[in-house]
Amino acid sequence: MASILAVDDSASMRKMVSFTLKTAGYDVEEAEDGVDALEKAKKRTFDCIVTDVNMPNKDGITLIRDLRQLPQYKHVPMLMLTTESGMEKKQEGKAAGATGWMVKPFNPDQLLKTLLKVLG
Amino acid sequence: MSIDMSQFHQVFFEECFEGLEAMESGLLSLDIGDIDSEVINTIFRAAHSIKGGSGTFGFTVVAEYTHIMETLLDEMRDGRRQVTKPAVDVLLGSVDCLREMLTSIQNEEEVNMASAAKHQAALEMELHGTAGGSHAPAPAHHEAAAPTPVAVAAPEPEEEEDEIEEEQGWKISFCPYLSLLRTGNDPVRLFREISELGELTSHATIEDVVPFAELDPEECNITWELKLVTDATEAAIKEIFSWVEDDCAIEFAPLAKPKKAKKPKAAAAPAPAPVAEAPKVEEHAPVAAPAPAAKKPPVEADASKNAAPKASSSIRVDTDKIDTLINMVGEVVITQSMLGLVGENFTMDKVGLLKRGLAQLERHTRDLQQSVMNIRMLPISFVFSRFPRLVHDISTKLDKKITLKLVGENTEVDKAVVELINDPLVHLIRNSLDHGIEMPADRIAAGKPEMGTIELKAYHRGGHIVIEIVDDGRGLDKNKLLSKAIEKGLVEETAILSEKQIFELIFMPGFSTAEQLTDISGRGVGMDVVRRNIQSLGGNIDIISELGKGTTIAIHLPLTLAILDGQSVAVGDETYIVPLVSIIESINITEKMLNKVAGKGETFKLRNEYLPIIRMREIFNVKSGAATKPNEGVIVVVEGQGALCGFLVDELLGQQQVVIKSLEANYRRVEGVSGATILGDGSVALILDVPGLVRLSVR
Repeated sequence: MASILAVDDSASMRKMVSFTLKTAGYDVEEAEDGVDALEKAKKRTFDCIVTDVNMPNKDGITLIRDLRQLPQYKHVPMLMLTTESGMEKKQEGKAAGATGWMVKPFNPDQLLKTLLKVLG
Repeated sequence: MSIDMSQFHQVFFEECFEGLEAMESGLLSLDIGDIDSEVINTIFRAAHSIKGGSGTFGFTVVAEYTHIMETLLDEMRDGRRQVTKPAVDVLLGSVDCLREMLTSIQNEEEVNMASAAKHQAALEMELHGTAGGSHAPAPAHHEAAAPTPVAVAAPEPEEEEDEIEEEQGWKISFCPYLSLLRTGNDPVRLFREISELGELTSHATIEDVVPFAELDPEECNITWELKLVTDATEAAIKEIFSWVEDDCAIEFAPLAKPKKAKKPKAAAAPAPAPVAEAPKVEEHAPVAAPAPAAKKPPVEADASKNAAPKASSSIRVDTDKIDTLINMVGEVVITQSMLGLVGENFTMDKVGLLKRGLAQLERHTRDLQQSVMNIRMLPISFVFSRFPRLVHDISTKLDKKITLKLVGENTEVDKAVVELINDPLVHLIRNSLDHGIEMPADRIAAGKPEMGTIELKAYHRGGHIVIEIVDDGRGLDKNKLLSKAIEKGLVEETAILSEKQIFELIFMPGFSTAEQLTDISGRGVGMDVVRRNIQSLGGNIDIISELGKGTTIAIHLPLTLAILDGQSVAVGDETYIVPLVSIIESINITEKMLNKVAGKGETFKLRNEYLPIIRMREIFNVKSGAATKPNEGVIVVVEGQGALCGFLVDELLGQQQVVIKSLEANYRRVEGVSGATILGDGSVALILDVPGLVRLSVR
């Protein structure tokens, strides 16, 4: 099954995302901010990255930009989780190399459905 | 797939309360006029996280509220808005309001909408300069509106089927830019998704593909003509392409000829209308479905059923501590298997090995116990961190200028102590703020700096944690205290009291020195309650004060409430445990050292000091052959209530760590005894309450 890195500084959101994905059978690893995520992404190559945008230390958009610089992440799908007020962030995210986005609030089914769009 | 979201609620609440605390301390540390953008950022992120989480977990009221806060903070963050004192105060009020809301939701109580609306109005006033206006709808309205038109907004084809009129399909011209692949998107996946809407035929145009030698596999050179036979709307298809709309040129055209005539669906036509009218609602729509229970305050019946807070108590532990613990467990397991090996085919020549193993086991067990206890230890900052806000709010209310200094916030103490010490500390700090620190004018007149200081200190001493509240206020007036006590009939007019005893008067029930009760302190909960609470934690409280200079209140508390180092002593057939921290020394005395003072009982002389002797045998009414004369037994010199005295016991047994079992929970409260423990042989030993015994013997 595909491996996914779930990045969110909020533990409850991260747990929710990770639990949902694990239940669906994905191999999930968690990271609590951009710095942590980048480190973990370098250790192994994930099939997909799901990241929050607003995070301390390194935000989601910078994370995506940094990851796209790495040869192994050139074409890996990267989804960002934004809130409706962060729509302008979508453009910024796209420019950084994000594959797509999910608008918060979302429920587990929407998350899985969206992932199917980019995996497989 | 259905996932029970309620399992994440606990984490979410904890996170919210942490976030609120971060917001609060951030707001308090903001220096108006010289704003640290990182602080604003932190505050913003906390609000943002709460909003995101509450939306996802279905707490719409909270999400709505934080949305407004977030907007305000976002403007501050971008520098579009000045950070002003009133704005900070409104935000602080909002933090309180959110805390209240979340607590209600957590306990499954009704959210106080009136209070929320008030705070929300203040926020909107700050944001728009008007009290809401078009933004006025209270969160409750949204809730009412949310459930009905919901699903329509979701671009799910199945649900839209009926709303389609004539279209039988679409011709889509899809021309990706060279860069499309660089965002991790892939036309193949897009096609797979569209093909779920209907019958898809694609035609790739490869005229533009560059010669093989020049081909860059990371660029997309192909364009497509797609034909989709479907009854899905243009919007539904566009939704699929929304991620790549800036990375391609895309055109939609209805298929020229329907394959077959379609029955007009007149009834379906009006359906889309409500969608357009309720655009605001759709954002909340997905939430309503997964967690209907949390969406609105529970009905009264539910509330009464769960009257007690539902939250299970949990604790956050440093991973280092857990690693140590696991390490220890490993050691114990190794020792255990080693002992197992010795026990197999045991012969007497292995006794040495056995002893060594047992010694090792003892050491590891002790270490393990230490590590487990360590897990319960929290930095006192959990309590201290609430006080800057308290001091800020109260000093503003009182028009006093006061700074709070925190010292030793990282001092660790048992979780139970952390939880129970808060209320007494709040009371003591309120007292210092209200009665201790003078008005700025009075301070200047007294030659002191205008700004008063309250210092909150924590440090370890011996097996105790000491918490001190030091203010540089007016100090306690001995004469005033004494005359007040006499007036209230608490002491005899002729009584001669030491300075310490006079200060202790404020701990007496029914004593209050403030000439006028204010709403800050003196709400009927007196210092006597504070002292009782601290004593029930096994601690004590001292006051040192100098008129005009200030007051220091020191609280001594045990580090943990579960285990103590004890000295077992024998009195007749009974064994008692004396807490090691209270023991100064143990001695044998001779008849020469004994002294009888008229009316004061037996004393003995220890290095030029006469100390009273307390006979354990008499206190506990032990009949069996106990030492009757002080020189036949052992005197254990202990310190309690600030005074030294000697306990007369038969003999000293061993020192050991004992697990404290509550006597109250299993039997009833016994004066002079703080608890009980079970000894190695299975018998029960009482743990002596040294201060209590000293008090008992004075009577």
